[in-house]
Amino acid sequence: MSKVLNRRAGTAQETRPARRIPTRRGRSLMAVQVIGELLITLGVIAVLFVAWQLWWTNVEADAAQGAAVKQFVQEHQAPGTNDPAATGTGNPADPAAVPVGTAPAHGEAIGVVYIPRFGETYSRPIIEGTSSDVIDTLGLGRYADTAMPGAVGNFVVAGHRQTHGAVLDNIHTLVPGDKIYVQTADGFYTYVFRNQEIVLPDRTDVIAPVPAQPGAVPEQRLLTMTSCNPRFGSEERIIAYSAFDSWQPLSAGAPEPIAKQLAALQGKG
Amino acid sequence: MYVWLFRQLPGPLWLRILLSALLLAGVLFVLVEVVFPWLADVTNLTDATVGFPMVG
Repeated sequence: MSKVLNRRAGTAQETRPARRIPTRRGRSLMAVQVIGELLITLGVIAVLFVAWQLWWTNVEADAAQGAAVKQFVQEHQAPGTNDPAATGTGNPADPAAVPVGTAPAHGEAIGVVYIPRFGETYSRPIIEGTSSDVIDTLGLGRYADTAMPGAVGNFVVAGHRQTHGAVLDNIHTLVPGDKIYVQTADGFYTYVFRNQEIVLPDRTDVIAPVPAQPGAVPEQRLLTMTSCNPRFGSEERIIAYSAFDSWQPLSAGAPEPIAKQLAALQGKG
Repeated sequence: MYVWLFRQLPGPLWLRILLSALLLAGVLFVLVEVVFPWLADVTNLTDATVGFPMVG
């Protein structure tokens, strides 16, 4: 009864809650509450970080790389394999005729790589540079100072195994003899996968012109890919070596195994 | 802490709920755009290149 009366009498008084008198007990309780809430927040942020790293970076990188591949392919049109405009198969017999492009500026596209072993639609951009701004979003990064595609020596690219597009997630599934196609502004370079090894991260000699033999004069044209190992860690690096097989100009059209894929990317499929 | 923050927001309940959602979105944006990339860079959890001086 008195409550009802009170409510009628003094609404102004009632809307403002009585100020709590901070006792010692009250203060320490409040501190515990704040610390608890901060810890919960940190936990939530940690979970969010894992989600960001394992999922969101892939979403971002896949979108950026898909767009980059499309752009490069459409700027460097190649006729279909059965197109009368195609001028034949190039001249793989003459290694001296293999063109070697000049390295673009850091962050610029060199070309596109196709690896049928990784899937019928697998294509990723190859970008100049190996810093995180390149390989985190743009695609495979070429180690500056290594060879360009087709050149005698070692053409070396790095890509993420997991996260950031998981560009080289399936690198361990390569089988010797697998073809790796690199498309540049000049043409299509076909490499054949040879072997892979797992090394510690400080083994910089794997990117030497002759892998594991720094200072040696190269005679072969190699393609080397480096990535994280194990799949969700980075304690080691997995290195995949491929040897140059043949070359054909853009005007000859894409090598048959990737022709369909390229036609789709060029918007003719 | 969060209860205190919620009380500091002005306006009626619906506005305060809207404002807290906006604040949360802002915090998420900063985390994803700034904090997480920095953390990933610092921790080197997914470094794919060989050689330590290769970063940069």
